[in-house]
Amino acid sequence: MYTMKTTALSVFAVTALSVAASAAPLTFDFKDPKGVNNAVFKLDAPLEAINGSASGISGTVTFDPADPAATKGKIVVTASSLHVPNPMMKEHMLGEQWLDVAKNKEITFEAKSLSNVKTTGDNTTADVTGTLTIKGMAKEVTAPVKLTYLKDKLGMRVPNQKGDLLVIRASFTVKRSDFGINPKAPEDKVSDTIDLTLSIAGSSPR
Amino acid sequence: MKKSFRLLALVVALAAAGTWFVTGANRGWTKTSVEKRKLDEVTGLEAITYEKKFAPGLDFLGGALLGAGALAGLSFLFRNQQNQNQSH
Repeated sequence: MYTMKTTALSVFAVTALSVAASAAPLTFDFKDPKGVNNAVFKLDAPLEAINGSASGISGTVTFDPADPAATKGKIVVTASSLHVPNPMMKEHMLGEQWLDVAKNKEITFEAKSLSNVKTTGDNTTADVTGTLTIKGMAKEVTAPVKLTYLKDKLGMRVPNQKGDLLVIRASFTVKRSDFGINPKAPEDKVSDTIDLTLSIAGSSPR
Repeated sequence: MKKSFRLLALVVALAAAGTWFVTGANRGWTKTSVEKRKLDEVTGLEAITYEKKFAPGLDFLGGALLGAGALAGLSFLFRNQQNQNQSH
């Protein structure tokens, strides 16, 4: 009788623990050894279009598959990783008048809340509100975001590693002048509107 | 001398136009790297990498044509050989 009770208690405890573990929020690390994560920026002025991307992405996001609305986290882009194909343009972009990367080494986005959350299968769409910091200037922004939770898919990217992946796609539209990025530059040559697209995948090993 | 300058101007203009056209007739600024995209099948994201490649743009073509024009202009500073012979 005693053995049966102990076994039943053990089974209950293990089940309860595993349910608790699966319901707990997962922390995803966005440092990407595969070099896939990127942030693309576009400035489309009447006289000139500037396109480029950044690859130095890191940060962590806490995501609960049972409650995607509670997602929070911070994504960091190393400012010096911003690249445009023209070397002179790149030098200007990273220089003092524009992004001043010597003093402002990081571009960050800290997600604070999600609204209009809709989940279908592994995909969640929402509007994320958070603080975007560029060139040391912080501004609250809201942008559409798509979260794709890939359960047990980490092993497909990193052999012999069990865990999950979280793919985040977000599109921001910000004003160059709001962040003090050479606000005096003529808008017919360098657009004041910057379209940012974030395409990143984070891993949560078990 | 006059003929040499004009010939040089023509060579510079043709070489620049030829290089620009052969390397893809890039109508933007000159590039020293070109974007390559590769799909990551697990996540569906596209990895962006840059490959070192010289792709002359309209600034390169314009600069070269301006230089060719300047060479052709310089040729007018020299007198024709025939005129020089007649003046003696």
